[in-house]
This record gives sequence, structure tokens and C-alpha cells, in this order.
Amino acid sequence: MQRDTIVLVGVNHKTTPLAIREKLALSGGYEEPLTALGQIESLKEYYLLSTCNRVEVLFTCEDPETTWKEVLDILFGGAVSKQEVADCIYRYQDQEAIHHLFMVASSLDSMIVGEAQILGQLKEAFRHASALKTSGFILNKLLHKSFSVAKRVRTETRIGASAVSISYAAVELGRKIFGRLAGKRVLLVGAGEMAELAAEHLVGQGIEEVVVANRTLERGLKLARRFGGRAVSLAELTDQLEQVDIIISSTGATGLILRKADVQPVMRRRRNKPLFFIDIAVPRDLDPAINEIDNVYLYDIDDLNNVVEMNKSERDREAVKAARIVEEETVKFTQWLDAMEVTPTIIELRSMAEEICRTELAKTLGRLKGLDERQRKSIEKMASAIVGKMLHYPMHYLKSNHPCLDRRERINTVRGLFQLESEKTAQKHEQR
Amino acid sequence: MSFLLFQVSFFAYFLAMAAYVVFFVTQKSRIRRTARMIFFAAAVLHTLNIVFRYTEAGHTPITSQHETISFFAWSVAWCYLSFRWRYTVKNFGTFACTFVVLLMFLASLASREIMPLVPALQSWWLPIHAAISILADGFLALACIGGIMYLLQEREIKRKRFGIFYSRLPSLEALDKLNHHCLSAGFPLLTLGIITGSVWAKQAWGAYWHWDPKETWSLITWFLYAALVHQRFTVGWRGRRAAIMTIIAFLSVLFTLWGVTFLLEGVHTYAA
Repeated sequence: MQRDTIVLVGVNHKTTPLAIREKLALSGGYEEPLTALGQIESLKEYYLLSTCNRVEVLFTCEDPETTWKEVLDILFGGAVSKQEVADCIYRYQDQEAIHHLFMVASSLDSMIVGEAQILGQLKEAFRHASALKTSGFILNKLLHKSFSVAKRVRTETRIGASAVSISYAAVELGRKIFGRLAGKRVLLVGAGEMAELAAEHLVGQGIEEVVVANRTLERGLKLARRFGGRAVSLAELTDQLEQVDIIISSTGATGLILRKADVQPVMRRRRNKPLFFIDIAVPRDLDPAINEIDNVYLYDIDDLNNVVEMNKSERDREAVKAARIVEEETVKFTQWLDAMEVTPTIIELRSMAEEICRTELAKTLGRLKGLDERQRKSIEKMASAIVGKMLHYPMHYLKSNHPCLDRRERINTVRGLFQLESEKTAQKHEQR
Repeated sequence: MSFLLFQVSFFAYFLAMAAYVVFFVTQKSRIRRTARMIFFAAAVLHTLNIVFRYTEAGHTPITSQHETISFFAWSVAWCYLSFRWRYTVKNFGTFACTFVVLLMFLASLASREIMPLVPALQSWWLPIHAAISILADGFLALACIGGIMYLLQEREIKRKRFGIFYSRLPSLEALDKLNHHCLSAGFPLLTLGIITGSVWAKQAWGAYWHWDPKETWSLITWFLYAALVHQRFTVGWRGRRAAIMTIIAFLSVLFTLWGVTFLLEGVHTYAA
């Protein structure tokens, strides 16, 4: 009797060009493809992950060679030709599949290594699978494990600690200056896309208000409405400096829009509360000399890029550590799986022994009349003790890690000796 | 007995400092927990040391150089712990603990002989005046350490070159707040120390103020801190300028504590 194989097939950003990935992406949500996969008889447990960078199916089955082709036909059959799919697909089995899943969960396989989104996407995908009851004992355990591996990687390495995009870097710097960003106000000068992106990250940190100053008030109003803020005109810029804490400037202006002399008097009125200028415009909007004022910090696009580059190299060092953790956890999980293999046999053996014990006891106790409660109890106890002691060594033989005897061989030996039929086993296995 | 306790607590402070430094480099939170525990144990042992010294000497042990510096270290340690209890400032412990070890080292160099108390000092004003003044110095020392940390961090952020401090030191805001807290505890205590001293002087020497060097210098120190506190509250001085001012004012504290004793003559000279 053999355990089901764990198989993972999928495409990701490394193997597949965007043009194909777009076609393969499951845009219609999880329910439909999950039900479609249910048609495949040989599929036992399965789960599906689809993000903008990857589509992956994880399943268990008895016969991986034929099953994975069926899975691919159902998932991608309509979208692209078989040849195209075959070119970019990757397929892992058992230990490799576990390893890959852990790598994905820990964000080591992501396009931006260390980004935190993937874990949420994984959990979301798992929620759908468990809602439709397509994942079972093994996959539930495996996916839960992958969440905890991701958590371990996050706490034991600094892989997610560094900001590797410009807007993250800006948020990180803001935290170093202001401590908490909650309750701070942001002024967006210019309503460009970059500013919008940076503001989005900041708002995620609990920013209190977003003020937009734009050349055309209409566009400014539109952006302000997005963040629940207000719009002002560019002429009010210096007045606004009194009230805000973070300024993100990204106008298309050819010259400087704020000089040191404009900011200096504001600081006195602000009672020297810190100001953080982020200049992501090219050419620059802000006078570099602004950085010389006490309690004022100015970062332009190059400065932020430097931060990002620095963080990238740190992150690469941390990724090595993280990979070691994933390696470790993969081995642990594989061991658990192997141990799982003997579990049904152990259960059967035990239930068989208990069955014998019960019937024999019933026979004997039926014949012996005039026993009081205590005597009855001791006979029962004796019977189960004999059974327990008899089973001790076979159990030990099954569970222990024999170096020279293969586990499967040992299972077969025990099953043969005790005449455990294998039909029942398979069912039991599934029920658990 | 008190000397044994002194040595043990010195050693414990040293261990705590070593652990804090390791934590500073590696940033493993388990080490920080150990460091904190050792530091706390050291501070408790140090307290016992002072209690024993009190019973051995028969008077408040804040008269000789050794006693004063040791008490200074003690107050820095407990001021730090009092903050620790209220809120955390990342990696502040590493700096505070190093300063305590430095003070303990200086104290261990000074003569530990127990001197009989000069008649002028035999008053219950001694524990009050000396303890309050040195406790004030404890808070002001922490303010100074916070100021140094602020300057280190601010330098890296301003220059946009991130070295070892950027990720390890807390935010500028947190450090500035620390400065504010330490000053609002330290400055009133300093004022109280000077007032009690002056009342005591009236009783012992017949006049509130003698213009002896120690008194003069503590007045200078007081004016420095008063200026800083005033600027903080009215104009909103903060950040770099406040940090630098805190450090300068603390140098004046150190001079009042030691410089005056060794360099200038005055009525305070029999004491530390």
C-alpha cells in the first residue's frame, strides 16, 4: 500500500512570458476552476493558487503521470495550445513540491523577493479550497505548515524588513523621522501617478489627511477624493506647509517650486516640528538646500533609489538564510508524511487487536458466572494488557526509523503477518 | 560586605553591557531579554550595596568620591529602569548601560575608605540634598545619552548614508520625546537640589548663598537647562539644537560634580 503522491504543477513569472501568463490567469475567481477540477476522478485533494505572477495547482493522487495532464487540460486547455503549456509548465513531486510551496509562501519565489502580499493570496486561495472541501487532511496540514514556515522566515530573517521599492523606502524613512505615521498629514504637490502610488502606501500606514495641490484644480480634486482629502491650489503651497508633515512633490514643472528661503520661515511657525520632503519629480521640484534646514529632511528620487539598492543587497543576504529555513521545514514535513504512511496500519492493527480482545472477553465473561465488579475489571485489564504487550514490538518495528529496512517493506511485512487487507486501509486513510 | 556587593553588581553591569552590545550588533530579541534581566539584577544588587554601605558607615553614603560616583551610577540605572517601565526606546539600554559601567569603573578607582562625617555634614539635609541632586544628574545623564543617540541618527538620515545606527536606533521623534521626558524629570529635581542645598547652607553656614565654586557652577548648569527648557516650551526648540544643548549642559553637570572638586577650592571641597 502506497501513500498518494503530492504533485504541484504551474506557471510563474520566471518560466512564462507575460503574454501567455495573461491567458492562463484565472480571472473568473476560484470557484469555477475548482469545481471543474472536481471532474477528474483520480484527483484526491487539490487546491489552486492564481495571482498575477503565477498559477499553480497542488494536488494528491495515486497516479501522477496521467493525472497531471488531465489537470492541465481542464485548467489551461481552452486558453493556449498544449505545446505552449508544455513549454512553460513546471512540475514537482513530493519533497520538491513541498519545497516549492514553502518557497512561494515565504515570498522567496516572488518577483519582488520578500514582499508580503503572497502569503495573503495563498491564504485566500486556501480559503476557497477548504470552503469547497477540495483540500483534505494532507493538503490542509501542508498549507497550514506553509503559513507557519512563512511566518518563521519573516520573524527569523530580515527579508521583509527592507524597503525595496521607492514608495516603501519613503514610508520607511518617514517612520524613522516621525516614529509613527498615524495622525500625520501628507501634501501631494502634483497629481502624478508616482505621487499617487506613494500616497497609497502612506495612507496604508494610518495617515490622517491627504492634501493635494495641483496646477489644475480639477485633477487635484479627483485625486483628493480618492483619499478622502482636500485639494488646494499651488499658490497656497507655503501656507499648507505649516499644517502638513510629509510633502511628496512630482510636478512636471521645469524649475524649482520651493526654495530654502520659502521653507525656513515656515519652520518657526511650525514650532520646529519636522518636515519630510520627498521629491520624485525629474527635473527636481525642490531646492536641494532645503535639506540643510534643521528638522527638515529632503530626499529626491536618486536618494530613494540608493536606499532601495542598499536594501536589495541586504535582502539577498537574508534570502540565503530564509532558503535554509525552508529547506529545514521541507525535510521536517517529509518526515511527517513518511510517518503518516504507517498511521493507517497502526490504527488497523490496534483496532483488530481490540476487536479480538472484545470478542474473547465477551465469550469468557459470559461463561464465568458469579464474578463481582472488581474481578470482572481485573480480567478485562489483563486481557487488554496482553494485547498491548503483544503489539508493542510490531508497533515499534513500524514506527522506528530503520536504516536498512525500507518503511514500505516493513509495512508490508506487518500487514502480511497480521493479515490486514488493503482495501480497508485506503478508505481509512481517506477518512482521516 | 558592601564592597563584595559593589564588585558583584559591577560585574553584573558589565555582563549586562556585554549582552546589550551583542544585542546591538545582532538584533536578536532573546539576547535583549537576557541583558535586561542581568541589568535589573545588577541594579538590585547595587541598591543592596548602598544599603549595606549606609549601615557600615552610619551615615548616608554620598560623601566620598567613591560613594558619589557609585550613587550616580545607581541613579542612572534606576532612572533608566523607570523609563523602561513606562515606554521603550529602541537600543537605549545599550547606551545607558555602557554609561553606568563607565561610572562604576570610575567609582572602583576611587578610595573606598569610609571617612568619618565632618560636623558640617551631620544633618538630615545630607541625604535629601545629595540624593535629590544626584538623582537629577541621573535623569540629565539619560537626556544627554538620548541627545547623543539623536545626533548619531540624525546625521545618518541627513547625510543619506546609512551605517550601523540607522536601523538600530529609534526614530528621531522617539529620541526627541526621550529628551523631553528626561528634562521634565531632571530639571525640577535639579532645581529642588539647589533649593535644598541653599536652605541647608543657611542652617550650616548662616547664609543661603556663598558663591563658592560649586554653588556658582550648579547655578550656571541650572541656567543652561533653564534656557533649554524655556526654549523647548516657548519656541519649540527640538531635534538637533536641543540635543546639542542637552549635551553641553550635561558637560556642565560633570564639571560641577568633579571639575570643581579637583580644580577649584571652596566650602564644598570636603565633600565630593
